Amino acid sequence: MIFKHANIVNADGRMQADILVENGRIARIAPCIEGEGIDVSAYTMLPGLIDMHVHLREPGFERKEDIASGTRAAVKGGFTQVCCMPNTNPVIDNKVVVTYIKARAKEVGLCKVHPIGAISKGQQGQELAAIGAMKAAGAVALSEDGKSVLSTKLMANAMQYAADFSLKCLCHCEDSSLVDGGVVNEGYYSTLTGLKGSLRAAEDIIIARELCLAESLDLPVHICHISTYSGIQLIREAKARGVRVTAETCPHYFTLTDAAIADFDTNTKVNPPLREERDRLAVIAGLQDGTLDCIVTDHAPHHEDDKNVEYDLAAFGISGLETSFALSYTQLVRSGEMTLEALVGKMSANPAVVLGLTGGRICEGAPADLTLVSLDEEWTIDPQQFVSKGKNSPFGGRKVFGRVKMTVVDGEIKYKER
Amino acid sequence: MLNRKDVLGLYDLSAEEIDEILTTGMNMKKLLRQNIKKLPHLQGKTVTTLFYENSTRTRCSFELAADYMGAHVVNIAAASSSVQKGETLVDTGKTLDAMKNDVIVIRHPMGGAPRLLAKTVKAHVVNAGDGMNEHPTQALLDMLTMRENFPSIAGLKVAILGDISHSRVAKSNLFGLKKLGAEVRMFAPRTLMPTGIDRMGAKVCASREEAVEGADVVMGLRIQLERQHGGNFPSLGEYAKYYGADEALMRYAAPHALVMHPGPVNRGVELTSALIDGDTSRIEEQVLSGIAVRMAILFLLTKEEVAS
Amino acid sequence: MTVLSDGAGLRRMLVRLAHEIEERNEGLSDVALVGIKRGGEVTAQRICGVLASMGHAVPCAGIDIGMTRDDLVSAFFVPDAAPNALGFDITDKTVVLCDDVLHTGRSAVAAIEALFALGRPRRIQLLVLVDRGGRELPVRADFVGKNVPTARSERIDVRFTELGAAEDALAIVKG
Repeated sequence: MIFKHANIVNADGRMQADILVENGRIARIAPCIEGEGIDVSAYTMLPGLIDMHVHLREPGFERKEDIASGTRAAVKGGFTQVCCMPNTNPVIDNKVVVTYIKARAKEVGLCKVHPIGAISKGQQGQELAAIGAMKAAGAVALSEDGKSVLSTKLMANAMQYAADFSLKCLCHCEDSSLVDGGVVNEGYYSTLTGLKGSLRAAEDIIIARELCLAESLDLPVHICHISTYSGIQLIREAKARGVRVTAETCPHYFTLTDAAIADFDTNTKVNPPLREERDRLAVIAGLQDGTLDCIVTDHAPHHEDDKNVEYDLAAFGISGLETSFALSYTQLVRSGEMTLEALVGKMSANPAVVLGLTGGRICEGAPADLTLVSLDEEWTIDPQQFVSKGKNSPFGGRKVFGRVKMTVVDGEIKYKER
Repeated sequence: MLNRKDVLGLYDLSAEEIDEILTTGMNMKKLLRQNIKKLPHLQGKTVTTLFYENSTRTRCSFELAADYMGAHVVNIAAASSSVQKGETLVDTGKTLDAMKNDVIVIRHPMGGAPRLLAKTVKAHVVNAGDGMNEHPTQALLDMLTMRENFPSIAGLKVAILGDISHSRVAKSNLFGLKKLGAEVRMFAPRTLMPTGIDRMGAKVCASREEAVEGADVVMGLRIQLERQHGGNFPSLGEYAKYYGADEALMRYAAPHALVMHPGPVNRGVELTSALIDGDTSRIEEQVLSGIAVRMAILFLLTKEEVAS
Repeated sequence: MTVLSDGAGLRRMLVRLAHEIEERNEGLSDVALVGIKRGGEVTAQRICGVLASMGHAVPCAGIDIGMTRDDLVSAFFVPDAAPNALGFDITDKTVVLCDDVLHTGRSAVAAIEALFALGRPRRIQLLVLVDRGGRELPVRADFVGKNVPTARSERIDVRFTELGAAEDALAIVKG
């Protein structure tokens, strides 16, 4: 297969060339390759996007999402690789579940799925999960997902033990005693709605703890879905003095503020909560200066029944795979905050580096993971059109630029816009 | 006439709508004072009170208001634990709608629940208190009481003392009073003062005396013992000493200042007994205002159908 | 404006009506006067005064019909009503219900309903100063000061000094 006249944008530069794909790999990139091919000159060719933080819900919560629907949403969103979090039932804390997910994903055959193992058994925070066995079965990282490891000692042990297997801990940062049932950001809008607020400190305290551990132990750590300006500053300072930290954020943290909760739309309920404008601006600044390495979706699909309830009872999470690229492109590149190359870094190259995955760059010899996008196409987000089972998005009705036209995984077209 | 299906909070109501409710409420109160307690306007209509939280006084007040207007009243007490286990609010709402309820009065421990119900049902929804969000009828009855005792609400200085953080009453009063041009001062232990309330127009005061200085109305808010266990203040005794209102404090207020409280009062904690039982107390009058203002809301909500 | 009757004419009318009441109700022992607020109440008081001058002490009171009006729901308004307490018992009495003007008959029916809430009179008689026609209910007055057929656009103006008029008068005012 040859892609003709591809407008290639890598994190480190652009070129226009033909791409020859053979045996699932990029065999050649050259100005003019002989043979029949697909003319992609009207669009932009990006390295396959990588989302290192999604919830596929299988096994256990197939009503919300399963590997088939989740990976279908992923390729529709331009993702060729996703890493799925362990808060399934059973929890991904042993090699059996890791093996099952990988096998099931292969059977479905859409995008690559890399399981992330739990840090502790059953995410109970008591004893370490079977880290070595999970690594052997194909887990690419560890995370307590959705909560922090309560015991600092266990967390320290986890980081050390994981390092023996070249695994990183991806840290969800939340001091649950300080959150104390809070469902939104503590601020003007929590007071206005009467919804229980959660201080930035609840996130920052654990960010600081994980940074201290990483620094003391001289080990790498990755901080998940950062939402606070103060947490970003902690990471910026840590990076400056050489702490081995990487960090991610999500499109909703640089697109929305807690003003969106004012009419109690449960689709705005997410953890960590939507913060204020200064946080939103800090997230953008953090992405610009490299404090934040990756953009992930934290794709958290839910059944309508889990959202069509009182705000306090509603499930946390946003179904994000199908809107991530367009929101990021519109909010960051189209608005002039960063270059498309930089965005490719955040959504493809950097995640590959953080987790040591193959991919993230269009070059000869790499797997033919390609995402073809139409940058100037404006469209309106309609969650009812999602192929994910989770229609829970606060972005319904929003106009965005950047539409995924085709997603190629290992040389096979897995998604093509009709 | 209210140009809306539901009364969910004073944040949503315009000054004109609040004024209309108060004007109608004054008429209702006049009838009630004369012991005229039967109006025919809601004959043949059904008003359901759907309470997910215990409340004797608010439920009773709504029930009497509906009864005095001739409505058939159905009471549903849903234990708040069943919220988590049993039928969802949306399903309960659909059932009540299918039963052809005309008005549903809801109290719920979670903010925004009345809004969810209102979106679901065709019936009018009246918020009787939702979590820490709003308690519009309580604020309206406070304002009705003020309007009866003062020439105008505009320009009044109202001091609200107590647990502002958890008080839907304080917030509804703030929204309503600001819209009608009053000045609202607030004072609370810092642990019980919510973030950003100043940006909603409240004057957050550094001391009781500052809050009460020259005030026309001093309103105490109920403090709940759970807050002590939550570590918000050390003891009720300490709360009373540093945050309660007594006669000495009232000397800072205007000479004609009135004492109000949404009830039930913890005697000697938020207010001393001398203030509760004194000449300046309007606490009992607030109760009658409550029925009147709820009659007014039922009247104005159902008026729309008759008119159209 | 057409003046139907001046102060003196009105007084003569009241005297005649008082005599008619006396004639119809022998001895006046069980008669009570109840006037519909406010014009009817003044009418009743005036009649009461005339009867007193004739040596008959007859109980007299006003009644508020705000709560029994039949348009409370259809027009959806809150009545400005006062509680009714006549100060005497009307059970088994002959109540002469007084009003200034009889038009549709709705006020009279509302007043009868209000009376029933207070007791069970033996009979109710209706007295009006002016019957202007235009009945909407099967109501007929027992004592009529003056029959004045009018158009809907016209209004009967009954002026009493008690209600702030400079002098008593009856007049037709064109819409």
